[in-house]
Amino acid sequence: MSSSSPLVFSNVCFGYGTRPVIDSLSLEVKAGEVLAIMGGSGVGKTTLLRLMTGLVASSSGSVSVFNQLLRGVSHQDLFAVRRRMGLLFQFGALFTDLSCFENVAFPLREHTTLSEQMIQDIVLLKLESVGLRGAAQLMPSEISGGMARRVALARAIALDPELILYDEPFAGLDPISLGVTARLIRRLNDALGASSVVVTHDVAETFAIADRIAVLAPAKAGARLVAVGEPASLRESQDPYLRQFLKGEEDGPVGFHYPAPELSDSFFGKASRP
Amino acid sequence: MSTPAPSGLRARVESLGGSFLSVLEQAGAFLLLFLAILRRLPILFARPRLVAAQVHFLGNYSLAIILVSGLFVGLVLGLQGYYTLRRYGSEEALGLLVALSLVRELGPVVTALLFAGRAGTALTAEIGLMKAGEQLSAMEAMAVDPVARVLAPRLAGGLIAVPVLATLFSAVGIMGGWLVGVGLIGVDQGAFWSQMSGGVAFYDDILNGLVKAIVFGLVVTQIALYFGYSARPTPEGVSRATTATVVVGSLAVLGLDFVLTALMFSGF
Repeated sequence: MSSSSPLVFSNVCFGYGTRPVIDSLSLEVKAGEVLAIMGGSGVGKTTLLRLMTGLVASSSGSVSVFNQLLRGVSHQDLFAVRRRMGLLFQFGALFTDLSCFENVAFPLREHTTLSEQMIQDIVLLKLESVGLRGAAQLMPSEISGGMARRVALARAIALDPELILYDEPFAGLDPISLGVTARLIRRLNDALGASSVVVTHDVAETFAIADRIAVLAPAKAGARLVAVGEPASLRESQDPYLRQFLKGEEDGPVGFHYPAPELSDSFFGKASRP
Repeated sequence: MSTPAPSGLRARVESLGGSFLSVLEQAGAFLLLFLAILRRLPILFARPRLVAAQVHFLGNYSLAIILVSGLFVGLVLGLQGYYTLRRYGSEEALGLLVALSLVRELGPVVTALLFAGRAGTALTAEIGLMKAGEQLSAMEAMAVDPVARVLAPRLAGGLIAVPVLATLFSAVGIMGGWLVGVGLIGVDQGAFWSQMSGGVAFYDDILNGLVKAIVFGLVVTQIALYFGYSARPTPEGVSRATTATVVVGSLAVLGLDFVLTALMFSGF
């Protein structure tokens, strides 16, 4: 794996308590690329993002960000790594007591000594890039969920990060916002010269913007990678899980129904009622 | 050969032991969080605005209820004090009685209880909801320490706001006692004030009362922050945390009041 890669996972395992979530996962994010991580709901995609930011630590294996191993890293070094990253949370995680402007200004005020005029210029530029300069003075409670996520994106890129992580950026967006957001992710990545990791299960938009796609599948010992490659190669893959996931089919390795007794048994008393 | 304990008894002992361990664990977590905040307090000297905002927020939140309560407590003290003192022909000492009751006990204690119910619950709910909305995680992801940025200014704010509020409570209470004693009942105005100024000692009464208010402010705010920070990030979790803040905060104030009073005024 290249030392210039901003993010490298090597045989990473992780679990919550006794429940395994990630099983021996190795993955690399190359400089300048948009890597999408796909998989069903609850498979562990968001956990991967939390591992990347050091919000949780791997139980074994190593996570290296900008050539800094996150396991056992000091508080200062971890924060130094995080200052070079931007993370977009699934629901934005805007500070509800601050206006949209102040939310975007927050990392600038915390980490720089820029003048107020300079901060204002940068914030307005970032908000302009997500199409929300006009909403600068609105509070998070006054904007829609999709807009909140775009403001959060402006906040995530306020410090021009070298690595941008997106957690479900397309969830709950209308078709116009969805298309605009997808193109925005690509454009920001190229304009900032950054690398991006997009965690999502939106197939069409992801295939349109990602350089590579990694697909996670659930397993007893924790999620594992079933495929990593360019969109075209994944489309042609014959892997049954990949085919089921990409085509949204009911039949396949992943059952739609949670394990339960026979339907007739539930209705006619042979099985205990919930 | 020993006989095995009955399963019911064993279950009860296990449950009791579990509860004890849980309380011990919470006490440890409380102390660790307190130490973590204390370590970060010096950072606030470089950012006094964060503290000023919290003093303003917490003070404003409780000011109205503190002033109104202080007035009514003073009015009642004036009435009750007058009827008691009249039995001994000492009505002139009404000012002294009202002032000592307020400055030594009622000011700090009632202020802290009201603060726990008003600003304390607001703090817990605010921190709990920030946690539920991933705002604290977002801060960490932005390389901003939430303990330093969110908790430390609030602890400092509570530490400053409660003594100020307790002072206001006592001042308004004394005015209430004066209104009833001098204005309504007709106690001599000169005796009311002179007995008070002659009998209230700065070190033994005012300063000790102030120390109590500072300790209560620190403890109640820390309790509110702890329960907010450790709340389960669900509506039910935040609701439980706010209730715990009032219950534990109030009990802590009353318990600590006994300890501090014993240390300060009983010559232990």
